[in-house]
Amino acid sequence: MIYNIPYIAVAALILIGLYAVIFKRNLIKIVIGITLIENGVNLFLITLAFREGSIAPIYREGQNQIMSLPVPHALTLTSIVIGVAVLALMLSLIIHLYRHYNTLDAHKIGREQE
Amino acid sequence: MNIIDDIILHSPALIVAIPLLGAFLTPLVSKINDKLRNIFVIFIVLFTSAIVLLLANDIYLVCGKIHTYVFGGNAPITEGGFAIRILFEVDGLNIFMALIATILAIAGVIYSWAFMKENTGLDKYYTLYLLMIAGMYGMILTGDMFNFFVFLEITSIASCALIAFWTNKGKAIDAGFKYIVVSATGALFVLFAIAILYGQYNALNMAVLASKIQFSFLDKIALVILISGLAMKAGIVPMHMWLPDAYGRAPASVTLILVGVTQASLYGALRMIFTLYGGKLTTTMNQIGDVSIDLNLVLGIFIVGLALLTIFIGVLMALKENNFKRMIAFAAVAEIGYMILAIGAALTTVFSTNDAGTGMMALKGGVFHILNDALDVGLLFLVAGAIYYATKETSLNQLGGLARNMKYTTIFFLIGLLAVSGMPPMNGFASKLIIYESTYQVNPILSIIAILCSILLLAVFVKVFHSAFLGPKLPKFDNVKEVPKSMLLAMGIIATIIIFIGLFPDMVVNYIVQPAVNALTNNSNYISNVIGGI
Amino acid sequence: MIEIQDFLRTLATNSGFWNPLIWGIIIFIALLIAYIIRGRGKKEYKKQTEQTKVFLSGNPELEKEEMHVKASNVYWGFMESFKWLYNGLEKMHTGNVSDYILWFVIILGIFFIILGVI
Repeated sequence: MIYNIPYIAVAALILIGLYAVIFKRNLIKIVIGITLIENGVNLFLITLAFREGSIAPIYREGQNQIMSLPVPHALTLTSIVIGVAVLALMLSLIIHLYRHYNTLDAHKIGREQE
Repeated sequence: MNIIDDIILHSPALIVAIPLLGAFLTPLVSKINDKLRNIFVIFIVLFTSAIVLLLANDIYLVCGKIHTYVFGGNAPITEGGFAIRILFEVDGLNIFMALIATILAIAGVIYSWAFMKENTGLDKYYTLYLLMIAGMYGMILTGDMFNFFVFLEITSIASCALIAFWTNKGKAIDAGFKYIVVSATGALFVLFAIAILYGQYNALNMAVLASKIQFSFLDKIALVILISGLAMKAGIVPMHMWLPDAYGRAPASVTLILVGVTQASLYGALRMIFTLYGGKLTTTMNQIGDVSIDLNLVLGIFIVGLALLTIFIGVLMALKENNFKRMIAFAAVAEIGYMILAIGAALTTVFSTNDAGTGMMALKGGVFHILNDALDVGLLFLVAGAIYYATKETSLNQLGGLARNMKYTTIFFLIGLLAVSGMPPMNGFASKLIIYESTYQVNPILSIIAILCSILLLAVFVKVFHSAFLGPKLPKFDNVKEVPKSMLLAMGIIATIIIFIGLFPDMVVNYIVQPAVNALTNNSNYISNVIGGI
Repeated sequence: MIEIQDFLRTLATNSGFWNPLIWGIIIFIALLIAYIIRGRGKKEYKKQTEQTKVFLSGNPELEKEEMHVKASNVYWGFMESFKWLYNGLEKMHTGNVSDYILWFVIILGIFFIILGVI
C-alpha cells in the first residue's frame, strides 16, 4: 500500500491541476494549474523509475546493488526544462495581456468580436 | 556521387539539424544585413528541401523501404539490456508528410520576405520560424515516443510566440495564450500516456512498443489519452476552438506553417492508431449474442462520429463568420473532418476479410486529402494575408471590388476556392471523390452528409469571393495595388502544385499516396524492418 | 521512373473513375454548344439606351459604395431561419480557455467510457 502513495499523489496533482485550469478565472491560477499537471506527470515518471532499495544509477567498483532506472530521470529532466520554457512564455504573455486589458480575469478578456 | 550517398544516409538527422542550426545562426546573420538574413533563411529552407527530395527519391525507389537512423548506441551496453538511443525512421508515410511540410516551408519563407518587411524584430521572427519548421520535421520523422513529445513542445512553443507576434493587438496575445495553454495541456497528457506505455513495456521506441503491446486496461487508457491529446492539437470538434483564434490572429505566413503543424499532429494520431496499436486493433472487446464488437469497429465509429460533428460545425460556423481569416480557419476545421471521416471509415472496414478494399480506398482518400487540404487551405490563408497586406482590413464587411486592382490574387483565390470546395478539375475533387465513394460503401448517410457539407463549403467561399473581390470599385480602395512579387511567387508555387495534382491525380496517388497507405496498414513490415534493420 | 503514360492515366476509385482530360474535353464541348446557342440569340440590342441601364424594381440607383452587398447580408435568410442552431453554436464558442480544456476533458471522459465499458 505504501508504494501506491506516489501514484495517488500523481492522480491528485493532475486532477487538482485540471480543476484549476477549468474552474479558475484568474489567468495566473490557470498557469499554476498547468504547472501542477506537469509536476504530476513528472512525479509519475520518477515513480516508475524507482525500485525498492535501489541506489542512484552510477556505476562504481565492487558494487552489485539494484539501481533505479536512469532513462525516466533523463526524460523528467527534459520535461522540466520544456516546462520552464512554457511557463516563462505563458507568464510573459500574461504580462502583455495585463497591459492591454488591465485585468487578469479570463471572462473579461472575452471572445473574438466581428 | 559518394557525397550524395552520405547525405542520404544521414538525411533524417540533417533535415532536423539544418533548420535548427540555421535558426540559431539567424540572429547573428541579421546583425550584418537584413537582406542577407532573408537570403540565408531561404537558402536554409531550400537546402533542407533538397535533402528531403533526395531522401524521398531514395525511399520511393524501393517498395516498402524504411530508412532508419540511429542516434546513440547501436547495441545494448549489457547483455540482454536495452540500447540507449533515439531512432529516426522514414517510411512512405513519413516522407509523404515531410514533402507536405517542405512545400509549406518554402512557400512560407518566400511569402515572409515582403509580407513581414514593415515589422520590427524580424531576426526573432525568422529564428522562431525556422524552429517551428525544424520541430515540424522532427515530429514527422521521429520514431521515438519521447522524442515525439519533445518536438511537439518545440513546435508549440515556437508557434505560440509567433501567433502572438503582433503584440500591439490584445487579441493576438490572447490567441497565443490560449494556444499555449491548450497545447501544453495536450502535450502533457500525451507525455502521461507515453509514461504509462513506458512503465509497462520498458521501451520508448514505437516499433519495439508495437511489437510488445498487449492491450491491457492500461493500454486502453494510454490509447484514449494519446488520441484525445493529439486530436486536440489537430483541431477536431469540439476541441477546435483554439484553432480559429490562433489561425485568425497569426500573421498569414505563420498560419501556413501552423496548418502543417496541425497536419503533423494528425499524422501523430495516425501513427499511434495504425502502427502502435495496429496489431491489436482487431482485438475482440465484447461479445453480445452472435455479434462480436471489435476494437477497430468501436474506434472507427467513434472517430466517424467526431468527423461528422467536425465537418458540420466547421462549415456552419464558417458560413456565419465575417472575419476573413477566421472563416478560412473554420473551413480548415471542416477539411480536417473529411480526413478523419475517411480514416474512421477505413478503421471499420480495413481489417475485415471481405471488405478490405473499401477500407484501403478510404484510407487512400484520407491520406491524399491531407496533402490537398494543406495546399488548399494554405493558399487561401496566403490570399487572406495578401488582402490584409494591401488593404489593412480583416473584416469581409469592409471589402469589395478588389478584383479590379488585384488580378493575380483574385486568380489565386479562385483556384483555392475551387480546390477547397472540391470542384473539378482541382486536387480537392480527386481526394473528395475517393472519400465519398468509399464512405458510401460503408454507410450511404456518411457520404450524403459529406457532399452536403462540401456544397455548403462552396457557398462559404462564394460569399467571400462575392463580397471581397466582386462588386463595384469602392472609393476607399482606389489606391490599392497588387501585392509584391515575392508574395505572388509563394502563392504561385502552391497554386501550380494544386493544378498539377488536379490534372494528374492518378500519378500522385500511385507514386506518393500509395506507399504512405501501405506503410500505414502494414505494421508488421514496419516492426520487422525497424527492429531488424539496425 | 515516371513515364509519359502516367500523365494520362485514369484515377480508379472503387466504383467510378476520374480523368481530368475527359472532363476537360466534355466541358469544352459543352461550352462550344452554349456558344453556338448564344450566337443564335436576338441581335436587336441597342447600346446607350434605356436597355443598358440598371433596373432596381423602379428604385433609384444608390451610391456605388452602398450598392455592394456586404458579406454579413449575403446569407441573411439562411442565418435567420437557422437562428436556433446558431444561438447554440454561439454559446458553445465562448472564447474562454477554460472551456477549451473542459471540452477536452469531456471528450476524454466519453472516449474512456466507450472504450472502457464496452
